[in-house]
Amino acid sequence: MNEQASPFSPAQHAGPTVIPEHTVEIVSDSGEGAQKAGQIFGAMSAKMGNGVWTVEIIPAEIKPPARSKAGASGIRIRFGEKQITNMGDEADLVLAFNEQVLYGRIANGAYRPGTVILLENKWASHPDDTVKAQYAAGLAELNKRGFVVREMALEQACLAHTSNPRVGKNMFVLGMLCWIYDRDLARARAEINGVFGRKGSAVVARNVELLEGGYQFARSTLTDLHYHVPPRPNLPPQVVTNGNEAIGLGVMGAGIELVSMYPITPATSASHYLAREIERIGGVVHQAEDEIAAIGFAVGASYAGKTACTITSGPGMALKTEFMGLAVMSEVPLVMVLVQRGGPSTGLPTKVEQGDLLSAIYGTPGDAPKIVLAAATIEECFHLVITARQLAETFRTLVILLTDANLATGVSPWDRPTLQAEWMAPPLDQAPWKKGLAPYAWDPATGLSPRPIPGQRDGMYVLTGLAHTERSKVAYDPESNELGCQMRSLKLETLRQGLAKPVVHGDPTGDLLVVGWGSTLGAIEEAVDRVRAKGGKVSSVHLRFLSPMAPGLDEIMAGFRQVMTVEINYSDPHTMAHRRLAQLAQLLRMEHLVDVDSYSQVQGQPLSPGKIEAELWKRLKALSEEAA
Amino acid sequence: MFGLKRDWTVTLPERYFTFEDYEGGEARWCPGCGDHAILTAVQRICRDEQLPPEQVVSVSGIGCSSRFPHYMGTYGFHGLHGRALPVAAGVKARRPELKVWVATGDGDCCSIGAGHWIHAIRYNMDMTVMLFDNAIYGLTKKQTSPTSPKGLSTNTHPRGAWLPPLNPTQATLGFTNVSFVAQTVDWNPVHLHATLKKAYEHKGLSFVRILQRCPTYTDKVFDDLQSDPRKILVLEHERGVPVDPALDRVFPTRQAHDPSDMGAARALAARDDVFAIGLLFQDESCPRYEDFTRRGLDMSVDDKLAGLDAALDRFAL
Repeated sequence: MNEQASPFSPAQHAGPTVIPEHTVEIVSDSGEGAQKAGQIFGAMSAKMGNGVWTVEIIPAEIKPPARSKAGASGIRIRFGEKQITNMGDEADLVLAFNEQVLYGRIANGAYRPGTVILLENKWASHPDDTVKAQYAAGLAELNKRGFVVREMALEQACLAHTSNPRVGKNMFVLGMLCWIYDRDLARARAEINGVFGRKGSAVVARNVELLEGGYQFARSTLTDLHYHVPPRPNLPPQVVTNGNEAIGLGVMGAGIELVSMYPITPATSASHYLAREIERIGGVVHQAEDEIAAIGFAVGASYAGKTACTITSGPGMALKTEFMGLAVMSEVPLVMVLVQRGGPSTGLPTKVEQGDLLSAIYGTPGDAPKIVLAAATIEECFHLVITARQLAETFRTLVILLTDANLATGVSPWDRPTLQAEWMAPPLDQAPWKKGLAPYAWDPATGLSPRPIPGQRDGMYVLTGLAHTERSKVAYDPESNELGCQMRSLKLETLRQGLAKPVVHGDPTGDLLVVGWGSTLGAIEEAVDRVRAKGGKVSSVHLRFLSPMAPGLDEIMAGFRQVMTVEINYSDPHTMAHRRLAQLAQLLRMEHLVDVDSYSQVQGQPLSPGKIEAELWKRLKALSEEAA
Repeated sequence: MFGLKRDWTVTLPERYFTFEDYEGGEARWCPGCGDHAILTAVQRICRDEQLPPEQVVSVSGIGCSSRFPHYMGTYGFHGLHGRALPVAAGVKARRPELKVWVATGDGDCCSIGAGHWIHAIRYNMDMTVMLFDNAIYGLTKKQTSPTSPKGLSTNTHPRGAWLPPLNPTQATLGFTNVSFVAQTVDWNPVHLHATLKKAYEHKGLSFVRILQRCPTYTDKVFDDLQSDPRKILVLEHERGVPVDPALDRVFPTRQAHDPSDMGAARALAARDDVFAIGLLFQDESCPRYEDFTRRGLDMSVDDKLAGLDAALDRFAL
């Protein structure tokens, strides 16, 4: 960051209290612009050098009724002087446009006693007595819970700047946040210009006026709420994206020229992004007639030598399973991005869950060994698509990349990648095929084989989903099917042997080892760090490869008295004698013969570091009692 | 093929393909199965057109008809039940130069794959889709298909099929962006070949319903058409399927039909007193999906990297 441009010279800012980080929420009815204000605030904070994690609070309905408990729409921004890897624990500050939308957040444990809530108070004088009563009851409830509520006439204050405060108050609130967190107003103006510039200078001017009005309003009324979060030093160039945009960038970075999809939440926004941008690399997005056709189209393109992927969520994957099996069986390279969400069936379509691990690995009829990866950060959403494409082609198989709604909608800065031509798919090989070489000339040591592509002279073969020989001839004899299964399985072992041993976060030995996968990385490591800082002997390891699993896990697990997974999928309560464990725990037990325990939740929420920390202490206490 | 140019020089093709170049494995269909005739017709067309076998992809689903790719000496894709059309579309999407033949059956196309059928017609990608319509599920051993006639005794309707059969031609003529619909029968190789050739030459998706006898399960289902050739209505038009003089004696019933007349085509498809063979409808002005999906095919790696860099710029701090 340029020193001269920095607004944070100490002399200039003697006033604000310096804090390492804060978590802010703006909650409102749907359509009040809370997310827009929060996005701008998050982007500004990132640009000013803070670590940032932004997560949107999204109701499942498009237009939920106003002032409804389930209709909360909004945004959480956690920002700090270090890299922020997750949404954190309870919020420090909340801006709320009505009291009803807070109930859902409270139920989610989003606030703690002491959380400051700046609450719109126009409801206190509402003409409808029911509303008035609701507001009074809500206020009492908030106070009873120990939140620090400050009632504010936000819309009324907006009236000085706009005739329609319902629409304009989001920028007013942004101005307030700029005062509270000592943000550079010039930067906020520039952001507003970027966001609203297309709508004309009058719109920009109106929003800037609201921004400045909000800043002055807060400056005069919230003199004690004034903080400074220092920037991170020496940052390499950053980009700020959500996980689905990172997937989209990864698809382009991998040179995948065809994205074949069918709309499904929360995967679709990756395809929305690609639909706008993929022409930059000469690619296309195909919106298929259904999930089956989406993967079939990608398989057809890949068979014809073009790099293709399909992007979906759990229910979509369920429909694709037959084609997934075909891709494995007939050795067609294919990348499938699976943005997980909650529940079987329609479940919790906008909310997070890591419920598809076992169905991704095993949910295909017959024996269909495939490669399954999981991105742990937004940055990995980018890089692992590139890895997935390379693996798909090298191992001539299906590669599933798991992400989830937490990564998909979380927004955070990450190191801008230095692009490499090798990341891109190589050009179509149309040189003549070696005469007589079988289409599945399996190397008996690795299971790998070169692949003929239509257009290659002398390479003609018929790909078939029937059991086949190395010449792709239909074969019902006992040996051929066994051999085919063996070769496809061998490819996974070949890959496994080449994988690096996972890195342990913390000491290599101790009392408790936490094993995680996917988007929980940041929260797990933050929890582990907190426990370790207070003397708890806990470490963690985070898996990117779920199928096959990297070697070396056995040794790592052997260094701890207890191993447990932390996941966002269902497990029976700890008190049950014959309980079902979380999915990675089942997998680890099966593959490693280790007595792995698990802690998991399916509440549609990312796991917070605080919740994990509490659980870790519980386990450590049980371990020490056991020892005593 | 060989050709004499105006300047008296001769163009000699580097390669010349014979019928055998398009032969794959030995066809395992039952003796007397109509599929053999369809295979031969397609192989003849490939030979006549001198298509390099490596530039041809035959795609199929599952069923008796879908064994077709195995018997072609070209590239082939024998995939999943009902899913030939999405795969074929995917092949064409970024490889529009490849010649694609799709073999599908009445169960494959009109039942389990019916959704894809509607949309493939609308995508109108340049390929030849052959509906092998034998009015029965053969490979799974005699279950009622959507085109089974009412009353046909099958293993799933032993006391006779309950409903009137689905008319695939009528349905296809109702789908948006349909660009080529023809009908023919497997028992007249001359008309079969002429129809498939016309379909091959069409730019866009050509849909050809071929009545195809199954000697094992529906041997008699087309008996009325075979025993009374007057029930076969041969469509004639200068832009239609050429009618060989050899057909005069076999199929005496004729009707002039302009293939650009959708109303007349639908009326012909709906008739159940006769079965119209030939070209019912053709419109080469329909948009083809590959003209959209092929965009950007020629982009260089450097341009792609520059494009990606610009995409990253939009997120840069």
